[in-house]
Amino acid sequence: MRDLLERAIETARARGASYADARHVHRTQEDLTVRSGRVEAASASESEGVGIRVIVDGAWGFASTSFLDAGDVDRAAALAVRIARASATALRRPVVLDDRTPVTGRYATPMREDPFAVPIDAKLADLLAADEAMRSVKGVAFTESVFQAQRERKTFLSTEGTFTEQTITHVGAGIEANAIEGDEHQRRSYPDAGGGFQAAGYEWIRGLDLVGHAGRIGEESVELLSAPQLPAGRRTIVLDPSQLYLQLHESCGHPTELDRVFGTEASYAGTSFLTPDLLEGGFRYGSELVDIVADATAPGGLGTFGWDDEGVPAQAVPLVREGIFVGYLSSRETAPRVGRSSGGAMRADGWNRIPLIRMTNVNLLPRPGMSLDGIVADTDDGLYLASNRSWSIDDRRLNFQFATEVAYEIRGGKLGRMYRNPTYTGITPEFWGSCDAVGDASSWVMLGTPNCGKGEPGQTGHVGHGVSGARFRDVQVGVGKW
Amino acid sequence: MVSPGGTDARALLEVGDRLLAYAEADGATGAEVVAIGHDAALTRFANSEVHQNVAESSVSVNLRFVLGGRQGVASTDRLDDAALRRLARSAAAIARVSAEREDGVALPDPAPIPAVAGAMADATAEATPELRAEGARAVIAAADAAGVTAFGSFRTEVETLAVVNSRGVRASGSRSDAHLLTVMMGPGGGSGYAEQAAVDVTAIDASAIGREAAERARLTRDPIEVPAGDYPVVLESYAVGDITDMLGYLGFSALAVEEGRSFAEPGRRIGSDLVSIWDDGADPAGLPLPFDYEGVPKERVSLVDHGICRDVVYDAQTAARAGRHSTGHGLPAPNTWGPFPINMFMAPGTASRDELVGGMERGLVVTRFHYTNPVHPKLAIVTGMTRDGTFLVEGGRVVAPVRNLRYTQSYLDALAGVEAVSTERRLVRGMLGGALVPAVRIASWTFTGTTRH
Repeated sequence: MRDLLERAIETARARGASYADARHVHRTQEDLTVRSGRVEAASASESEGVGIRVIVDGAWGFASTSFLDAGDVDRAAALAVRIARASATALRRPVVLDDRTPVTGRYATPMREDPFAVPIDAKLADLLAADEAMRSVKGVAFTESVFQAQRERKTFLSTEGTFTEQTITHVGAGIEANAIEGDEHQRRSYPDAGGGFQAAGYEWIRGLDLVGHAGRIGEESVELLSAPQLPAGRRTIVLDPSQLYLQLHESCGHPTELDRVFGTEASYAGTSFLTPDLLEGGFRYGSELVDIVADATAPGGLGTFGWDDEGVPAQAVPLVREGIFVGYLSSRETAPRVGRSSGGAMRADGWNRIPLIRMTNVNLLPRPGMSLDGIVADTDDGLYLASNRSWSIDDRRLNFQFATEVAYEIRGGKLGRMYRNPTYTGITPEFWGSCDAVGDASSWVMLGTPNCGKGEPGQTGHVGHGVSGARFRDVQVGVGKW
Repeated sequence: MVSPGGTDARALLEVGDRLLAYAEADGATGAEVVAIGHDAALTRFANSEVHQNVAESSVSVNLRFVLGGRQGVASTDRLDDAALRRLARSAAAIARVSAEREDGVALPDPAPIPAVAGAMADATAEATPELRAEGARAVIAAADAAGVTAFGSFRTEVETLAVVNSRGVRASGSRSDAHLLTVMMGPGGGSGYAEQAAVDVTAIDASAIGREAAERARLTRDPIEVPAGDYPVVLESYAVGDITDMLGYLGFSALAVEEGRSFAEPGRRIGSDLVSIWDDGADPAGLPLPFDYEGVPKERVSLVDHGICRDVVYDAQTAARAGRHSTGHGLPAPNTWGPFPINMFMAPGTASRDELVGGMERGLVVTRFHYTNPVHPKLAIVTGMTRDGTFLVEGGRVVAPVRNLRYTQSYLDALAGVEAVSTERRLVRGMLGGALVPAVRIASWTFTGTTRH
C-alpha cells in the first residue's frame, strides 16, 4: 500500500502541491439488529479507498477514490490539486501547518476476543435472548437489541515523511424496551440507547450482560407509564454517567473544537462561546471541581488511537483545569493560530472524507472523596437522572436542554419514586459552575458515542467520554407543557 | 465496466445481474441488489473565504440474500469480480446463521416505473470546482457589500441508482441535486440565513441567496431579549421544513404505526383545515425520485388532508405485514428505520408574507430552527432553538430583532394552530430528501428559554 500512497503524494507534488498526504482506509463493519423478536438486520459491509489532501497556493484541496489502480489514484491526486487551485481563488488566509518531526509506527486496539471471529449466530443468540427477556415483561410494546463491530485499517503517508499504520476496532451493543399506552410512550435502555461502545473486543459485549439487565429494562419501561410527570421547578440534580457523558459531549467537547471556534462549522451546527480571548483571560468554565481532559490515550475510548489523521501522536490535552478553561481540541492548521501545537484531534470518517477536528476522549476526571452512591447519600432533596432521551444545544453551545429516560426522586439521601419525561435546561458555564460534587474513580466509566455528526458532507465520528457522575445545584427541570 | 464516478446506470444494472447470479449459485431462494453511484462535490466557505473543497466518486453495492424466511445483507464499494463473489458468500453466510423471520422476507414484484421529468440535470453532473467557487464568491460579494461575513457550502451531486431482484424488479436511473446555503454574521450579533436547493445547478442564484442572508444579518443587529412564553409566530419556510421532516420521521411511517409509536391514525384531526401534506416522488417541483431503494415506483401518498390524517408510507416488508402494497418508500436493506417519506409537499395558502406578519398583534417571526430533537415522540413534542433571524412583531409590523429562543413545542399542536399559509413555497433540504413548503402563521408557540445571542 505504501507504494500507492507514495505515488499519490508524488503526483500531487509534481502538480504543484507544497504539502500532500494520502490515507488508505479499509473499513469492515458488522451490524446485527433484533427488533421485537425479528432479526431486522444482519449485515456486513466493507469499504476501501484512498483520500488525498493537498495544499496548493496556500489552499486545501481533497479528492478520493475507491478505485485503487495507479491511474485512478493519479486522477484523484490531480483532482485534489485542481480543487485546491479553485479554492485559492477565494482565499484570504493561506494555510500554515505547525512544525512537526516525521514519525513512523504501528498501533492496534488492544483486545482479548476478536468480535469478527465470534460466530454471527452466537452473537444473534445473545441478542435474541435479551430481546425475549424484555418481551416477556407484560406491557412491553416493542423492543430492540443491537450489536455493531467496526474495524478500520488505516495507512497514512505525508510529504513530510510521516508513515503510520493502525488497526482500530470498536464494538458496541445495547437493548431497549418500549411501553406504550394511549399517547404515552416510554423507553428504557441499557447501557445506552443505540448501544454502549468501546474500543475493545467481544469481551466488552460479554461484560455488559445484556440478558441479565433485560428484565429490569422491560419492567422499568412499563413502570414509567404510570409514573407521575416530573413537575417544573429548580432542583438539585445528580446525573448518572449514562446522561453526564452527553452533557460533557455537547457543552464541553464541541465548544472546544478549535475549527468550530474559528467559524468553519458556522453554517452547519454553529460556532462556540469559548473564543480565544477567554483562553488568555482565565475564563471560569465551571466550579473548581471540574477537570476535563481530551485524552486520546485512555484505554477503551472510542477516541483512542496511535496517531490522528494528520500523523500527530495521541496525547492528553487539558481543556478545563479546576474550572478554568485552559485548552482546545486542535489540528496542525488551527493550533498555531492560538500559539500552540496540534493536540492531535484530526480524524476523518473513512477514506472519502477530509479530516476534521473531532473529540478524542473528552473526560471529566474523577474527584477523590465521594463515590456516586455517596453523592446520592449526601443529597437531601434532589433528582437522579439517567439514560439520555434527547439533546439540543444552541449554535454557540450555551443554552442546552436534555431529556432523560427516567428520573428518581432523592429524599434524605435515598433514591425514591420514578418520574417520567424528565427534562432539564441551562446555560453551559452557569451549569458547570453549579457542580458541587463529582464522583470518585469507583463509578468512573468510559462511555461514548459512535454517532457524532459534524461537517459537510456529513461525517459520523466515534468519540469517547469517561465520567463518574456529578451533582449540580439549582437547575431548571420539567421544561414545557405536558 | 463501471468507471470512476459510477454514473453509468447500465453498468450498475450489469453488476446487479452478476450478483443475482452469484447469489442464486450460492443457494439463495431470493435476492436483491441495490447499487448506488455517487458523484458528489462540495465547496465550503467560512470567514468569507473557501476553506474546504472536496470531491467524491464512489459506488456501493448492497446484496440482500434470502434463504426462506432468513436474510443476510452485505455491502461493498469494491466492484471487481473477486469482491462481488466474496460479497455473495458473505451475505449467504449471514443468511444461513440468521434466525427465521415469522413474517418472512418480502421482496417486491416488478411494476412499471413511470417516466419522471426533471429528476436529472446534466449541468449539475458537469459542475466544476470553478463553478462552485464562483457561487461561493458571489455569496461572499453580497456579504462584503453588506459589511457582514459569509459562511456556507455549495454542493453538487449525482446519484445513480440501480435495483434488481430475483422476482424481476429491474429499475435504474439518475438524479441530481444542487444545494447552496449560507449563514452570515455581522456587527452587533447580526446573523442571517438563506438556502436554495434545485435539481439543476444553473437554477441556483448565488447572488440572490447571498443578498437574502446579508439582509437578515443586517436586520438582526443588536437584538433585544424577549422573555420566554407563548407567542403567535410566523415561521418562514426553512422552519416549516423542520416540522414536515420531523413528522415524517416520527409518525408518517407504517412501521411507526405498527409499533404504536405514531400519532398518525386515519381520520384523526391533527391540523387546521389549512394543513395538507403529501409525499410525491414524481413532482418535478421537488427533488424527484421515480422509484425507491427496493425498485418500487413511488406513489403520491396523502398524509394530511385539510388537517385530517389520511395515510402513511409503506415499504415492501411493512406492506406485507399490513396486507397492503408498498407505496415506494423503502430505504436500502437492512432498514431498521422502516419506510420514510423523502419528497414531502405542503399545500400553499392564500396569504402574502406581509399578510402573515400583518395578522399578528404581537408575535415573533422565526427564520429557521436549530438542533431540533424530539422530547416525546408520540406527542411530537420537540425542542430546538431559533437561529439566524428572529424578529419581534407589534401591531402587524416587525419592530426589532430578538435574541434566539429555545422552544419546547408539540408539532401536532402547531399544525392545529395554523391560521394562515403563504402562497409562496420554497424547496428546503430535509433529513433525507427535500420538502416544498410555505411559510405559516401559528396561533401560539411555546418558547421555554432564552440565550445570550
